Amino acid sequence: MALDGEYLGMAVHIDDLDQENLAFYGFCGRHELRVQKCRACGLLRCPPTTACPFCAHADSNWVPVSGKGVVYSYGEVSHAIQGAFRRAAPYLLLLVELDEQRGLPGPHDGLRFQGNLADTRGELADAALVRSVGIGTRVKVVFRDMGEGLAMPLWMVDPDSPQPERPWRYPD
Amino acid sequence: MNQDIDAASPKYLRGRYAIVGVGETEYTRGSGCTTRALGTRAVRAAIEDAGLTPADVDGMLSYSYNDSTPSPVIAGDLGIRLNFHMDVYGGGSSTEALVGIAIGVIEAGMCKTVVIYRAMNGFSQVRIGGTGSRGAQAGLSGDSLFTRGIGLMSAGQMFCQSFMRHMYDYGTTPEQVAHVKVIHSEHASNNPKAYYRKRVTVEDVLASRMIVKPLHLLDCCVETDNGTAIVVTRIDRARDCRHVPAVIQSVVGRCMKPRGDMHYQSGPISTVAGAYAKDILWPNAGVGPEDIDITGSYDAFTFTTLLQLEDYGFCRKGEGGDYVSNGTMRLGGRRPNNTSGGHLCEGYTHGIAMVIENVRQLRHDVDDSCPPGPDGRRQHTYDYREGGCRQVKDAELTANMGWAHPGMGSAMVMARGA
Repeated sequence: MALDGEYLGMAVHIDDLDQENLAFYGFCGRHELRVQKCRACGLLRCPPTTACPFCAHADSNWVPVSGKGVVYSYGEVSHAIQGAFRRAAPYLLLLVELDEQRGLPGPHDGLRFQGNLADTRGELADAALVRSVGIGTRVKVVFRDMGEGLAMPLWMVDPDSPQPERPWRYPD
Repeated sequence: MNQDIDAASPKYLRGRYAIVGVGETEYTRGSGCTTRALGTRAVRAAIEDAGLTPADVDGMLSYSYNDSTPSPVIAGDLGIRLNFHMDVYGGGSSTEALVGIAIGVIEAGMCKTVVIYRAMNGFSQVRIGGTGSRGAQAGLSGDSLFTRGIGLMSAGQMFCQSFMRHMYDYGTTPEQVAHVKVIHSEHASNNPKAYYRKRVTVEDVLASRMIVKPLHLLDCCVETDNGTAIVVTRIDRARDCRHVPAVIQSVVGRCMKPRGDMHYQSGPISTVAGAYAKDILWPNAGVGPEDIDITGSYDAFTFTTLLQLEDYGFCRKGEGGDYVSNGTMRLGGRRPNNTSGGHLCEGYTHGIAMVIENVRQLRHDVDDSCPPGPDGRRQHTYDYREGGCRQVKDAELTANMGWAHPGMGSAMVMARGA
């Protein structure tokens, strides 16, 4: 069944044919981060795909992951294009590498999510919080509800992980 | 990998095809006409430049993001009866890929001479990335929750993580990267048709406002309205055309890193598709980067030029910051890059203008301000001061590198014909 909601003033509609995204965002709606695990080769993958990118097998199980990881890279948007993000600028486009499956299947591969930096409630981070985060910052997932049964995964600074003294940031 | 590619791509096509005509409209921000008119003007100009007539053309290829006018309409306006045409979805990296397709369909006996064009009101009508007001307001579907749902829709927003990681991995500095814009602006100042002809400094780039870190405004290219076209035909026909042909030595079309458009999952993200494309480009061309006189490296951003030059082997991996700032790619340097000013300064065309420029360079007749001599050809001075010459002396070999995103690129080597 389709999922409908609203996020930052934008209508959200996940079509009932879109089984993979329905599953992913449905788990997010329960505040669970789950990814597909291939039933043949056992590798995890994200965002959702319709077959295994590593062995082409069709079937997978949705397995929970810790939702903890490290900022692998980022960009910082000053000039927002979408109206919904204008009041949030500057906002971070994080590339988060999860703790699971680091360095697999290739030595430089990982299980990576693109997403925004948020505060502990899942609100887009303010300018001071944005300035505190860089490559190496430990983060964990936080969910922002978008409607009945679906939520957006965002990333907050992980208070339970040791943090680098100075995460790497673009020289200001 | 080299052996496999060589087996699939017979080397005897090396030197068998050429670009014989090039044409473009004025680069503007407000063309005041349709993409149909832009396409028609550019295609006609390229056919005339080749010394051909519309009746000599029987194949057509175009690329767009549904922001253009398809080839049957352009052909119809020019009275061309087509034996082959195809209008392909896509932007950057299309030009070289379509040259490869043109060679293939001519080789297959499907047609004889192919015009490739791009017509776009890229500033006044459809801006890339769906960044116009309508696209920015649209609702979110399953897949777009991962992109527009996180405020990621423009090219700069899509590429910034790869650029930032390059700085982290290799210590590349904002000052080094800014040199790409500085050098291209020097080249553009000698290109009367460039949209931005003013020379800028490193300080100008770094003082311009931040768009998406690490990209300042002047790290980003200039979106323009324009039509652009090239004519591809077999070498025996090329020898009957008006100009010295730009002979195609090798092409790579839309070569990709693993994981397709989720390229950020795979490998070092500061490595781009050129790392794979180079293994097709150089063996098939029979030359290496050290043999190339001029590069045309897709400069949607300053960083894209740097990443491509590095991954195609013009310098060692990680040394792109030094390469782009040490004078090598300046006119008068060892290997000038984007002598027209490129997308950063001349105008944004999704890659085809850098091919057009290199075709003119190989003719030794680039359209700068040098005065014509008694034979009607420009008498190049090789004085590269502002407003002067931009012809590279004795240019024999060029390399073009097209970019769609960090995970996908195309390339082509051309040689000055006999």
